[in-house]
Order: sequence, then structure tokens, then C-alpha cells
Amino acid sequence: MTVLIPQSLHDALAAATTNPDAQIIQGGTDLMVEINFNHRKPTDVIALRRVDEIRNYVVSADKKNVVVGSGLPYREMEHGELAKLLPALAQAARTVGSPQIRAAGSIGGNLGTCSPAGDALPVLSALDAVINLQTATTSREISVHDFMVGVKRNARQPGELIISATLPIINGWQGYAKVGVRNAMVISIASCCLVIDREKGSIGVALGAVGPTIIRCRETEQWLAMQIDLKNISIVATNLLKEFGDRVAKESKPIDDHRSTAAYRRHAVATLSRRLLTRANTQ
Amino acid sequence: MSANSEVYDLNVNGQRLQVRDAWVGESLLYVLRERLGLAGSKGACEQGECGSCTVIMDGQAVCSCLVMAATAIDSKITTIEGLTQDDSLTAVQDAFITEGGVQCGFCTPGLIVAIEHLLDNNPDPSQLEVKEAISGNICRCTGYGRIFEAVNTAVTTRRAINL
Repeated sequence: MTVLIPQSLHDALAAATTNPDAQIIQGGTDLMVEINFNHRKPTDVIALRRVDEIRNYVVSADKKNVVVGSGLPYREMEHGELAKLLPALAQAARTVGSPQIRAAGSIGGNLGTCSPAGDALPVLSALDAVINLQTATTSREISVHDFMVGVKRNARQPGELIISATLPIINGWQGYAKVGVRNAMVISIASCCLVIDREKGSIGVALGAVGPTIIRCRETEQWLAMQIDLKNISIVATNLLKEFGDRVAKESKPIDDHRSTAAYRRHAVATLSRRLLTRANTQ
Repeated sequence: MSANSEVYDLNVNGQRLQVRDAWVGESLLYVLRERLGLAGSKGACEQGECGSCTVIMDGQAVCSCLVMAATAIDSKITTIEGLTQDDSLTAVQDAFITEGGVQCGFCTPGLIVAIEHLLDNNPDPSQLEVKEAISGNICRCTGYGRIFEAVNTAVTTRRAINL
């Protein structure tokens, strides 16, 4: 029983490849809860907290993409350059837990746990993020849509580490909204990310906590793109706004659980999506 | 770098402390309280929701219940016990007493560590910044009014000391 604390990405990949069954720990905000409650008993552990290469972000030379390291803490996304480039991610980061949790949590952890309530995941989905996975000898890119397989299930293979998420820098509007029982320190009951790419004339709507994994509302997106010119969106008529929310709710697949009811979640995503589209109109 | 899960050292409050006979999955909170005798940090929810176990680790306020202790061997940890080197009180601790910010006292160590961390980084916070900084610390007794008063008093005291 050992805990490895690799000091470089090279060493981390070597450790994960040598011991593919080792438990990977990033911020610990999900894993330690499971361990504290005796739901999981790891033997070998690889802690990624000293791997500096995955605790940063890089803007591509052509300014078209940002590569966000899987271990970058949420607190680093709330302000500054990254928040300007990816406002929806900053807004999602801002809603994660408390300052204590945001100092530890990261998108690598959200992706690794792959809970449908993971706060950053709707943003990655709406922006069509590409996830980079590596072993000591391989590197592959996978769409976030293919990465998220189901409730707490993802496409990571044993021995692979989640290295980064590549997100496009769009010319348009993006926002994130979430409902919980109070402002701070809540796991979302329902969440929504809206992205309008004015250059491409496309829209992305992604929902969290209302299905086994993040839901992209493809039918609603196509419908809205037929109704209005997304390159020159100004005011969405009230009747369109209402139908937009109704269609989003229809694409959600919520359940009743200890956090909320399916009926309320359906209502919540309708309201959140309308609210975001209204903000996109006015900002 | 690696830690044998049963034998490792932690750097707590400026001292290297030996942890012996531990299990790999033990949280930093458990190790602090049960193995190192530092019972100031409190354990309530053990899932990062209540903040009563807050410690400073490498300059960040974190929930020690969510830190795997054996992964913290190269980290600098400050607990409520390490805020002062002797039996004196910090301005924040003193203000909690004078303003009546303590009732049952269970959340107090976590709140004080979170507030010390806030004021060290932002000596004159707005009311919103204070609320934000302690949004992860739950107090079920005071209703927070007296805690906010304690922060205001501590800010004034600290400013006077630093003048």
C-alpha cells in the first residue's frame, strides 16, 4: 500500500501505466467523501497534486483555443484572463461548492467522477470540448460527448490520465446558470450552459443533473437556428422564448431523487435556458 | 515522491510530525485529530460541506476532511492550533470573544481559520467578500450576525496593529 506523489507529468504517466489499477486522486473532493463513508477502500494511490504541467492553461498561438489543464483548480478560473476567454466556465467555477472546495476541485476531477451534476461538464458539452487522455506511451483526443458514457462512467481506460480539455474561444455569447437550495455550497438540482457562436451562427445548449449524463439539446438547437439568424441575434420574441424553454425541458430526462423531483427539474431547465437566452439578447 | 501509507511525516504548524500505523485512506482531519493530537479542527460532515475542519494548506484554505493525509507529506499545513506560537489570541479569535461570535463553538475553529486566511489576503474585505469567504463554513447557532461583527472588529484591530 503506497501513495505515489509524482512531481512531473512524465512520472505520473509512468506510475499510472505501471499500476493501471491505482486510484487516481486530484483534488479529493469526490474521492475522499467516498473513502470517509467507507464506500471505497483504495490500496495504491497516485496523487496528481504536484503535477504542475496539468495545473495551468495555455491559449493557442492563433487565439482560437484554450487548453485547460485537468488539475487547474476552479479558483483559478473565476477571475482574470481565463474568465474573459471562457466566461461560462468562470460562471460554472464560481458556483462550485465553497472557496475551500474551489481551491481543490478541477475539471479533471469533474470528468473523472463524471457525475451528471458536475458543474463544469455542461460548459464542456456546450462548447464541444476535446479531452486529452495519455498513458506513458499513448495520447488520444476524444470528444467530451463520447467521453461521458453514463452516470459516473466515462471512457477513460485503466492506466490513462485525463490531461486537459481543449475549449474553443468563440466570438459570441456564453453563460451558465444553476439551481440549488441555496447560493453557496450546493450540488446542482439542475444546470444549463448556453453558447451562441455568432461567427458560425450556431448555438449550444447543455443541461446538467437532468439525465444520466450531460444532455445536449440538439433538437432545440436546430429549431432555434431555423427561427432566428444567430449571426445577428437581437431580440428573441416572447413566444419563441417560451417555446425555447419548453423544448429544452422536453429534451431533459430528469428523475426524482433525494435532491429534487423530476417535475421541478424540468421546470428549472426551462426557466434557466430562457433566462440565459434573455441574457444573450441583452448583453 | 511517495509515502508508505503506514509511516510518514507531515509538516504541521512549522513542525515535522511523525504519523505511525496509519491507513492509506485516512483524511488529514482524522490524522490531525486522532494521530497527532491536534483536536482543534472539528469533524462534522466529513464531505466538505460544513467547513469546520478548515486548515491552511500551501497558502489555501481547504477542508482537511477532503485531503488524503498521506498525499500531504510535502505540504505546509497550518491548523487553528498554529495561528499563534504561544497561548496568545489572534485579533480574529479575540474579536469572536468580544463580539459573542461563539455559541456552541463547534464551527468556530474552521470559521477562524477561514477568516484569518481571508484577512491575510484581503485586509479590508467588503461585506460580500466576507460572506463569500465563509460561505463554506456552516454555523447553526449564531445566524452569522455576530460573526460578521467579529470580522469587522478584527479588521479594525488588525489595521491599528499594522499602522
